[in-house]
Amino acid sequence: MESFSLILAIVVVTALAFDFTNGFHDTANAMATTISTGALKPKIAVAMSAALNLVGAFLSVEVANTISKGLVDETGIRPEVIFAALVGAILWNLLTWLVGLPSSSSHALTGGLVGATVASAGFGAVHGDALVTKVLLPAVAAPVVAGLASLLATRFSYGVGTADGEATRKGYRAGQIASAGLVSLAHGTNDAQKTMGIITLALVAGGSIAPGSNPPTWVILSAGMAIALGTYIGGWRIIRTMGKGLTDLEPRQGFAAQTSAATAILASSHLGFSLSTTHVVSGSVMGAGLGRKGGVVRWSTATRMFVAWALTLPAAALVGAGAESVTDLGDWGTAGVAVFLVAASAAIWKISRREVVDHTNVVAESGEPAGVVTAAIAAVTPPPAGLVTEDLTATIPAPVTEPSPAAPAAPPAAAV
Amino acid sequence: MKIDWAALGSVFGVSLAFTVGLVVLFTLGINGLSRREKAAARGGSAALAVTGAYVCFAACAAAVAYGIYLIVVKP
Repeated sequence: MESFSLILAIVVVTALAFDFTNGFHDTANAMATTISTGALKPKIAVAMSAALNLVGAFLSVEVANTISKGLVDETGIRPEVIFAALVGAILWNLLTWLVGLPSSSSHALTGGLVGATVASAGFGAVHGDALVTKVLLPAVAAPVVAGLASLLATRFSYGVGTADGEATRKGYRAGQIASAGLVSLAHGTNDAQKTMGIITLALVAGGSIAPGSNPPTWVILSAGMAIALGTYIGGWRIIRTMGKGLTDLEPRQGFAAQTSAATAILASSHLGFSLSTTHVVSGSVMGAGLGRKGGVVRWSTATRMFVAWALTLPAAALVGAGAESVTDLGDWGTAGVAVFLVAASAAIWKISRREVVDHTNVVAESGEPAGVVTAAIAAVTPPPAGLVTEDLTATIPAPVTEPSPAAPAAPPAAAV
Repeated sequence: MKIDWAALGSVFGVSLAFTVGLVVLFTLGINGLSRREKAAARGGSAALAVTGAYVCFAACAAAVAYGIYLIVVKP
């Protein structure tokens, strides 16, 4: 423990911060449809997801043990590189949260790691093949696989029967909760462990623990707590986009989407072709939207989401590379990056307060497209109304002008 | 560069089959329960539909249990 240097402590704290953003960024994956269809109250949904994430974090350390293997050359990786990678990942996560777009936390982390590694050791240290087969291809495949499955499931479900009533309502509610629980659990086992793996990697790189050892208990505990806390705080902006912004879901569709997501995530991790939870859930939500007759997908929101996905890797890589080259300047460089990270996070949070989205308005307020339309109507409506009144005043002046003299007339009357 | 098309294909097939199967099974189960609701409203019973419904739900529960088993044993 005597070799537990300052930079190592900074890396551990930053990794936990990333875990926290990962938690609240990905709450939407498990709970967005459950919340938007009203199967669970927002607060209860995030609490349940947080608890299952925590449980999932303790289930195994397999993912943690294999993290980052194969993607970058981990021999000679320094704690500063990991720190720079985390800075890139956190900032991208916060930025996408601010605009309410679901994007993959794993891609952000991978991007940061790749960027920092390139800046530190050059392009040779990154395995391009692994990048394509493990990151890019799954990113394209995930929404297609989950979307098609969920589209067909929705279509069949509506085909088999459109029973209505108390039993139906309760049934789909229970089904949604169960499948959302599975997604939460799978998320906990995968994503909390990514952070554990990162911290362990940093501890090994810093010489604090022996290479090849399992994550220490305090690492498992703190990583599990961080992701659960983040999940409980809830990324309401992303939940709103996923649950309401992409399409309008009925309970039956929500169930189909969530089941498809859970199946695709489990099948992919079981068969060794890892898919991003975020991409899977987004795809399955859109599939469920298209599966119902008369269902629509808001392609403007979907397009913005796809753009965010495409940008995730390069953007996080750029920030990671930039952070790495600054930390290379020395200890004060590292301190500068840390200050920059805190300042940027604070700024993003400050901007987010301008329009607060939380558990009270996550369902009530409709997504961006509707908001844009209402804004447009609000902007367009007054001029015609003004024209009409002007036309009217030409013929009948009295009714229009009457209210304005009446209002000023009141205070003098009260004074007397 | 070697893309593992077999793994991708099997993920695709398994996801599709499992999702559609599960959702249809669940919908059938709910139809059965809803039939009981209607029968009860008329003062009758729908034993066959209810039995079928519980068989469907049991199958779904088994699928969920298998999912948890996969998470715990092989993440």
